[in-house]
Amino acid sequence: MQQNPNVPSVRTVLSVTDETPTVRTLEFADDILASSRPGQFAMVWVPRIGELPMSVMVSETRGNAAFTVRVHGATSTGLYNTPVGGAIGVRGPYGNSFDIRRGRALLVGGGTGLVPLMRLISQAPDDLEITLLMGARTSDEVFFGQRAARMRPDRLDVVVTTDDGTLGVAGNVADEAARRLGDGGFDAVYTCGPELMMRRVVDEARSRGVFVQASIERVMKCGLGICGSCCMDSHLVCTDGTVFDGDHLAKSGDFGYAYRSKSGKSTPY
Amino acid sequence: MPVPLSTNVGPLELESPTMLASGILGISTEVFGRILGEGAGAVVTKSLSTEPWEGYANPTVIGADNGGMLNAVGLSNPGAAEFASMLKKSPDVPVIVSLVGSAEPDFEAMVSEFKDCNVIGYELNLSCPHVAKVGLEVGDDVELVGRIVGAVKRATPSPVMAKVGLGSANYMDTVTAAVDAGADAITAINTIRAMAIDADTAVPVLSNKFGGLSGAPIKPIALRCVYEIAERGGIPIIGCGGISTWRDAVEFILAGASAVQIGSALSGGRTGVFSQVNAGIGRYMEQKGHSAISGMVGLAAKS
Ligand SMILES: Cc1cc2nc3c(=O)[nH]c(=O)nc-3n(C[C@H](O)[C@H](O)[C@H](O)COP(=O)(O)OP(=O)(O)OC[C@H]3O[C@@H](n4cnc5c(N)ncnc54)[C@H](O)[C@@H]3O)c2cc1C
Ligand SMILES: Cc1cc2nc3c(=O)[nH]c(=O)nc-3n(C[C@H](O)[C@H](O)[C@H](O)COP(=O)(O)O)c2cc1C
Ligand code: FES
Repeated sequence: MQQNPNVPSVRTVLSVTDETPTVRTLEFADDILASSRPGQFAMVWVPRIGELPMSVMVSETRGNAAFTVRVHGATSTGLYNTPVGGAIGVRGPYGNSFDIRRGRALLVGGGTGLVPLMRLISQAPDDLEITLLMGARTSDEVFFGQRAARMRPDRLDVVVTTDDGTLGVAGNVADEAARRLGDGGFDAVYTCGPELMMRRVVDEARSRGVFVQASIERVMKCGLGICGSCCMDSHLVCTDGTVFDGDHLAKSGDFGYAYRSKSGKSTPY
Repeated sequence: MPVPLSTNVGPLELESPTMLASGILGISTEVFGRILGEGAGAVVTKSLSTEPWEGYANPTVIGADNGGMLNAVGLSNPGAAEFASMLKKSPDVPVIVSLVGSAEPDFEAMVSEFKDCNVIGYELNLSCPHVAKVGLEVGDDVELVGRIVGAVKRATPSPVMAKVGLGSANYMDTVTAAVDAGADAITAINTIRAMAIDADTAVPVLSNKFGGLSGAPIKPIALRCVYEIAERGGIPIIGCGGISTWRDAVEFILAGASAVQIGSALSGGRTGVFSQVNAGIGRYMEQKGHSAISGMVGLAAKS
């Protein structure tokens, strides 16, 4: 009898890397998750503590996958504190993925929202010209810049923005995205990060007629299209997403405005 | 001309016999609209309580062996009042409201919230197997079941369905209590109390440890219950439990169900299951020469 793929399978944490004082990357061996597409996620079980959705981070080791987690509530803290040799359960990958176009791409991310963009970079065609805009509040919170450059030595321009100006361009990453889009020449924009940032990036790209997609987060209980907690208008982020086209998002009354709390109540951002 | 798929469940008239089961995608009118557009004859909301509930911590919903599903969501819901205010904004989306509570006043108070909403019926959850003081704990108390069903019947002219499951009492006593108190239909069955343990870590997987099993593994049990309730007679039945194909649905109708509910089969984004099951039922009816669902209900008992 084959085990149901929606039952968590236990994996051993092989390495833990500190990215910032509050963000860590945990690596483990998993052939199926290793070949996730950018935008897909896994449901991650931290035994005795909880389960939460996590974008699947790329590893530089074949057959490995990773999660990059920021300390937040109980479950993310439990995952963050899982040591090398510790056990986590995984199920997935779930969801759709970015539609990677040819030409010049602008990637706009912040924080752990960079995870799907890192996987996008790792799977992009060789001739894609990529500009990666990475936003953070302050220089301590910037991560993945060097890893991105190592993964893709050519045709990748990494630009950092910090709100307090302690590294890179001073200011908000959405403003920088708007500026770059104003300069023109991009064929596609891909974004993942805080929803209000994504809403602005989507609006900026659409106003210039540039194809844009965003990977969305919602409260998720099942990841299976069953519980409804991840609904955004009539769509389910776990099965219809996580990636949606800007044209769809522009019509959404929820994107950038409201999500469902754990009780299912519509809650404004 | 295609055969008509309309069916009556007592006073409830449905354009197709497939319904969305309670607790499946049941919190958003926009999603309900989508499911009705997929061909569902009706949608049932998440079970609502007088106050908002956050439910249990994750893991709350996971897969189970043999295509099953295990859940202990913990009846998370935004509360009846909040839900009613959402429904009022979408009068074009008819719903069956599922209610959960401990005693008559809970149910009476909730029904009064929905006065100005497009509610075509109420389903009373007497059968959730993993939350204390409500659901199955109510369903197992047959005297309380009678009082609750009676109170809701007096509070609303809408059809009232009692949803039963397999608890510690004989579920047929719960059915009888609901019928005697005036229930218009019985929905059978809810999930069956179950659990999962991870062998690698020796830890129960659901945060609540116990949850409810649904999907393919419970289908033969649900089918048996529908057949038994039909044998008892005197009440229309909505069959539920492990239905994912037209053949499953036809089996439940032949066992005695006038309509069926589908839940776990939506897993993986399969919202198209309603139109697929409807189309299959239609083909079956043509092949067998049935001109109406009503002519098929309970046929297996007459063979
Ligand atoms: C598809 C997807 C991919 C994700 N990828 C990552 C990742 O790679 N790295 C990472 O660190 N985190 C990621 N997250 C976020 C993560 O799943 C958790 O939401 C976060 O870690 C907090 O969980 P917690 O259990 O620690 O906190 P909780 O105890 O759940 O507290 C979090 C609080 O924030 C609220 N909340 C949770 N999710 C949302 C949301 N989407 N929008 C608004 N409020 C919300 C909750 O209601 C609660 O009040 C992802 C989420 C999704 C949906
Ligand atoms: C995640 C989940 C949540 C559920 N929530 C409810 C609920 O709130 N009220 C209820 O009466 N039944 C609830 N159920 C039970 C279903 O309505 C249905 O009776 C059961 O799942 C069997 O049908 P299925 O095999 O088609 O899923 C839930 C089931 C699942 C899987
Ligand atoms: S997380 Fe449950 S439906 Fe999407």
